[in-house]
Amino acid sequence: MAGELMLAVEGLWKVFGGILAISGVSFNLHRGEVVGIIGPNGAGKTTLVNLLSGFVKPDKGSIRFRGERVDGLPPHKIASRGLVRTFQIMRPFHSMPAYKNLIVPLNSPRVRKTRAGALGDLDSVAIDILEEIGFERDARVPYKTAGSLPLGYLKRLELARCLAMQPEVVLCDEVFSGMSMSEIASMIPLLEKMQMNGITLMMVEHRLRELFKLADRVMVINFGEKIADGPPAQVMADPAVKKAYMGAEGQQ
Amino acid sequence: MEIIIYGAVNSMVFMLVASGFALVYGVSRIPNFAHGAIYVLVGFLAWSFLNDLKLPYALAILLSLLVSALLGVLIYRFVLMRLRGMPTSEIIASFAVSLVILEGLRLQGIAGFKGFIGPFYSLPPFLDAKVKIAGVFLDWQRLFILGLGSLVLLAIYLFTHYSKAGLKLRAIAQDEQAAMMLGINSDRAAMMSLALGSALAGTAAILILPLGNLAVEQGYHVLIRALAVCIVGGLGSWAGTIIASLVLGYSVILSTKLFGGVWESVVLVGTIIVILLLKPSGLMGKQKELEERV
Amino acid sequence: MTASEQRKKRIERSITVRSRSLYALSSWREMTFLLLPRAALVASLCILPLVLGMYWQRVFCAAAIYAMLALAFDFLAQFVGLVCLGLSMFIGLGGYISGGLNHYWGWPIWLSIPAASLAGAVLGTLALVPCLRLRGVYFAIISFMLPLFLVSLIIATSILGSTEGISSLDNLPNIWIEQYLIIGALLLVLFGFRRLVTEDFGVILQGIKDNDQAVKASGIDITAYRIKAVFLAACIGSFCGAYLSHLYGWLGLSMFAMDFSILPIAATVMGGMGTLAGPVIGAFILTPLSEGLRGFGQLRVVLYSLLLLGFILYKPEGILNYLERKYFQFERWEKV
Repeated sequence: MAGELMLAVEGLWKVFGGILAISGVSFNLHRGEVVGIIGPNGAGKTTLVNLLSGFVKPDKGSIRFRGERVDGLPPHKIASRGLVRTFQIMRPFHSMPAYKNLIVPLNSPRVRKTRAGALGDLDSVAIDILEEIGFERDARVPYKTAGSLPLGYLKRLELARCLAMQPEVVLCDEVFSGMSMSEIASMIPLLEKMQMNGITLMMVEHRLRELFKLADRVMVINFGEKIADGPPAQVMADPAVKKAYMGAEGQQ
Repeated sequence: MEIIIYGAVNSMVFMLVASGFALVYGVSRIPNFAHGAIYVLVGFLAWSFLNDLKLPYALAILLSLLVSALLGVLIYRFVLMRLRGMPTSEIIASFAVSLVILEGLRLQGIAGFKGFIGPFYSLPPFLDAKVKIAGVFLDWQRLFILGLGSLVLLAIYLFTHYSKAGLKLRAIAQDEQAAMMLGINSDRAAMMSLALGSALAGTAAILILPLGNLAVEQGYHVLIRALAVCIVGGLGSWAGTIIASLVLGYSVILSTKLFGGVWESVVLVGTIIVILLLKPSGLMGKQKELEERV
Repeated sequence: MTASEQRKKRIERSITVRSRSLYALSSWREMTFLLLPRAALVASLCILPLVLGMYWQRVFCAAAIYAMLALAFDFLAQFVGLVCLGLSMFIGLGGYISGGLNHYWGWPIWLSIPAASLAGAVLGTLALVPCLRLRGVYFAIISFMLPLFLVSLIIATSILGSTEGISSLDNLPNIWIEQYLIIGALLLVLFGFRRLVTEDFGVILQGIKDNDQAVKASGIDITAYRIKAVFLAACIGSFCGAYLSHLYGWLGLSMFAMDFSILPIAATVMGGMGTLAGPVIGAFILTPLSEGLRGFGQLRVVLYSLLLLGFILYKPEGILNYLERKYFQFERWEKV
């Protein structure tokens, strides 16, 4: 891939109590890629996202974001550099209207710096972002309390929260989970648009068919180890991957 | 040598005083600010039983301990239980209870209640004599603190590790929701922890108070000591409480020897600040990376 | 007119809605609805000093101080999630620093009061910073311990007058400045906080309460915001302490008394946590009450605590929220 090296991860290790959550994971991420992270349940995918975004500190290994080491930094500093994540368990700021939820990221140091010359108060910027992401302006949905929104909107709100940060890399933690096929189908254009705008995506997913529509490349994590890394078709044909998903007996 | 022995005694004092608070917080996640108040209340109760009702000392002690356990249960049942799940309210309420008790003990003239002000109160030591150990004169009371204190702590350990009720407490302490799913009643466990915690406060009181005077201010001092130990050791860790008691117990003895007793609070607060800056979850605090705060 | 021919009509809700937009400017009714409560509060605060006798004027000043402390407590507890059990620390810091500057270095009070407010705030915040990274319970514990610690420090080092305190500090120039300075400060803080919590700062604080992980993931340093919030509350407390030392011309260990810690909490719980105006009202109810009970000595603290417990157990919403709820439930009959 010719793009800039956004993320360089080497030899990442994490132990929780007696459990080896992540062992020796290394990979690179280039600008403009869409990379999927898949693997059986409990393989350590969300831990990986937590490690990359700073919510958990690695025991060993290094994480370089655009050349600078970020492992060990607190989450808000990593997010301020442009590496943002979504949360698998959705908890918006439930007592405020949906658009107010975006006031928080719009007040982060990163956005304040880049916004320095921009016009408009934050409220209208927030509404604009929500419109871009698919909230209907007329239906007053952006003004509804975030806690009352249905799941589809919440997922979009999570993405909106990331977009408000003007990110370089977005780590999506199971954004497709809990959504119907048609809802996912309507979200895919949004993610494609993000990619076209130069955002690099790293998506942890279980919904493989939908993921493969977007992903250039897929990494398989099993028991904390990376066991495969390549284009989707190649990875799914890999016997080690099949064994991981199906168990030793599995054929398909 | 003197320092080693007196330091050990002081550490046991700290440990006894902190264990009640640590137990309550560990099981029910409620910081029981009334802990110091119960300590002093037990002292005054024992004094009253002894001097006003003229009961034999042993009976007075027993009764006071029972009353303290009962008081713990009542505090939970009528105040804290209604506020479970609202941490701000829990803290405010337990603080208010402590003030009601502590300042209430200072009252005079209500229904003939004399009010416990002035330095005239003290509990007699169990045995008013000294003994010589390793070249150091030690009063029996301090020896009792070491000995009986260790027994009490051993009893707590055995109780929480080998008895059914105690195991329930540990279960709730480790994971409240999982324990509840197994049928352990969280409110009952909290009540038990408060009863035990208060009884521990009472035990500490009757062992330690004979060393000096009985005054309402002790309530605040005791609470500060308990809090210091728990923070330095890590809220929720028994090993931490033991180590912190040793660290703080010896530090205070050393500072008293070198600079005088008035500097005790400085030593306590200073150690707390150092720990908070270096290892905020305490010396042996549980590794809760994602939840280190809030 | 029988009951069946009448209909209960809820009217007040629509006023609340109607007066939300700019059109309220063109209706007397809606303007009254908006302005009356605020005007009543401001007017009564400003008029009272003119009608009260000297003794009660002093009580009024004390009530205003407690009101400001209650505001600081309510802000920290409800909007930041930190329960401050040691408000007396700020009073003591502000009072001692201002008195000290005035007594030892001869600073005039119009200089020492602002300086003490800032210095007290800085010191108080620094003392609390180590626990702001941690769970709220640590803040409660440390804030509880600090006033007692400062008292024992002062006694141990025998500085600043030790147990006797220092008297003969400069007094405030005249009685009118006494009154209106504190009223002005109170109104500033009350309306200032109200404005603050509706601005972005308040939105972020609310976000921290709702879901702090998401706030962190949005690039915001939570500890920094907590520090700012604590500094704000500390400024208010220290200002009150500085003012107090020059109101009576005296500073002493009683500035660290438990009264200053517990009365604001009781006032807040009584008045309605989170409403900002509620704690002010609560303070103005409790302070004269406690003056009336001056003869009972320590009983007052017991009384505040019992009141507090009563409210927190049986009427946790507080007076103001209760009134608001009842107001919205108010109905009137209309002919069908």
